[in-house]
Amino acid sequence: MNDAAWIDAAIIAARPQAVGALLRYFRDLDTAEEAFQDACLRALGAWPKNGPPRDPAAWLIMVGRNAALDGVRKRARQTELPDEAAISDLEDVEERTAERIDSGDYRDDVLRLLFICCHPDLPPAQQIALALRIVSGIPLRQIARAFVVGEAAMEQRITRAKARIGAGDAGFETPGPVERAERLAAVAKMLYLVFNEGYSAPDNPDRAQFAGEAIRLTRLLLRLYQAEPEIMGLLALMLLQHARTPARFDGEGQIVLLDDQDRGLWDRKMIAEGLALIDKAMRHRRPGEYQVQAAIAALHDRAATPADTDWAEIDQLYATLERLTASPIVTLNRAVAVNKVAGPEAALEMIAPLGERLSGYFHFHGLTGALNLELGRHDAARCAFDKAISLANTAAEAAHIRHHLDRLAAGHEPK
Amino acid sequence: MLYALLCYNDEDTVWALDRKQDGEVMAALAAVRAPLEAAGKLGPSLRLLPTTAATTLRKSDPPLIIDGPYAETKEQLLGFYIVDVADLDEALGIAKQLGAANPGGAYEIRPLAVYNPGQPLGATDHAA
Repeated sequence: MNDAAWIDAAIIAARPQAVGALLRYFRDLDTAEEAFQDACLRALGAWPKNGPPRDPAAWLIMVGRNAALDGVRKRARQTELPDEAAISDLEDVEERTAERIDSGDYRDDVLRLLFICCHPDLPPAQQIALALRIVSGIPLRQIARAFVVGEAAMEQRITRAKARIGAGDAGFETPGPVERAERLAAVAKMLYLVFNEGYSAPDNPDRAQFAGEAIRLTRLLLRLYQAEPEIMGLLALMLLQHARTPARFDGEGQIVLLDDQDRGLWDRKMIAEGLALIDKAMRHRRPGEYQVQAAIAALHDRAATPADTDWAEIDQLYATLERLTASPIVTLNRAVAVNKVAGPEAALEMIAPLGERLSGYFHFHGLTGALNLELGRHDAARCAFDKAISLANTAAEAAHIRHHLDRLAAGHEPK
Repeated sequence: MLYALLCYNDEDTVWALDRKQDGEVMAALAAVRAPLEAAGKLGPSLRLLPTTAATTLRKSDPPLIIDGPYAETKEQLLGFYIVDVADLDEALGIAKQLGAANPGGAYEIRPLAVYNPGQPLGATDHAA
C-alpha cells in the first residue's frame, strides 16, 4: 500500500475520535466538521513530508482546533494572517497534544458524536444517513446513491437533520454511569440499523458497504468500552452474519438460503473474531438481545454442514430472546427452528397468532408459504407467496418468492 | 540464532482497510514470506485479531480476568504461546496453569486471525 492510501486510511480511522473531540471544544457540529476538514488538508501537506504522526487523531484534533480558533480570531480582527502562522509549530504539535488529551474524555467524545445521530425525533433512515456523514465521513454523493436519492435532496435531508438535533441536547459534560449506559444502548441500536441497511442491500454496492462501516464503528466503540457484554454481542452478531455475505447470493444476485450456501465461501477470519467475542461476552452472565442473537448466529456458523446445525439449542435461544424482547419477529424466527425440531405443523401453529401484527411483513408471508408448501397445502402456499411478493423489499427477495410461485404454477414441488 | 519480529501498528487503521486493500497487503507479505520459507528461515507467522477480542489474565491469587488487552506499560513483552483450544475458557485454563508455575505479570489471551505454520526451524539449542 502506498503512502497516499495509508494517509487516507489513517484519516478515516481517526475521524470519529477527532470530530468527537472538536465537537466537545466548539459545541457546534458545523464548526467541528470544518475544523476537521482543515486539519485533513494540512495533514495531506505535512504527513508525506514529515511522515505520519504516531497518533493521527491527536494530531488532527490539535491542528483542527488551532485552525478553527485562528479562523475565529481572524474574523474578529478583520485582518489577514499569513497562512502558516495559523499553526505556530507543526512539528511540535504531537508532544503538546500527548499531555493534553485525556483518554477518559476521548471515549465519551466518540459516544457523544454517535449519540447525537440517534436523536429520537429523527426517523431511522435519517439517523443512519447522519451517522454515515458525520461520524464515518462517507461522501454525500455515496450516501445519496445508497438511498437512491439525488445529492441535493440528501444534502437537504442531512442539513435538516442537523438543525433538528441542534446539538443542544447532547450534553457536553461527562455523562454519569446511567446516562452513559442509555447512550450506549441507543447507539448500539443505531449501529445495528446501519449494519442492516447494508446487509439487506447487496444489489446496491454503495449501501452494501454500510455493513462493513457499522462493524468498524462498533469495533471502535468496543475498544473504548471494553467490558460491555452487549457491545461485544453486537459486534459478534454483525461479524457472524457478515461472514456469510460472500455466499448469500448467487451469480445472478438471487438469494441463496442458509441451507444451500457454500460454507467454504464464509469468511473464517470474521467468524473467528465473532466467536471469540461471544465467548467473552457470555462470561459476564448478563444476557442481552445482541448476545443471544449472536449466539444463534454462532451456532449456524459453527455447523460444518446444515445437518450439523443444533436446532434444538437455537430454539432455546429464541425462547430466551422472546422473553427479552417480546417481539413477534423473534417468534417468527423461532418458528424456523421449531420447524426443524418439531415439523411444519408445530411451526405454523406458533406463527398463526402473529398474522394480525405481521400482516404487512414480507418474511411472515414467505415463511407461511414455505411451511404450507412443506405440508403439501399448495393453495395456502400460493396465497401466502402472493402476499409476500407484493411486500418484497428488494429485487432479490421478490425473485426468491417468484421462483416458488413459478414452480407451483408449473405443478412441481419446489425443493 | 532465532529472532522474533513483533509487529506494531494502529489497529483502527489496519482493520479499517477494505477487502481489496487488505488482500494487496497480504499478497505482498506472502511474496516476501515464500522465499524465506523455502530457505528454511521462516517459522510460524500470524496475525492477531483486534484487541477488542482480547481478554487479560492477571497472575494474582486468585487470577483476575479483565476484558481487553494488556494495557500497562510497566512490564515488557517477554514471550508467548500459541495454543489450539475449543474456547476462551480452555485458553484461560491453560493460562492459569502457566501462571501458577510462573507467577507475576499477566497473560493477554488474544485469538488469531491468520496462522501460517511456516518451516520447522532447526535451532535445537534454543529448546528449554
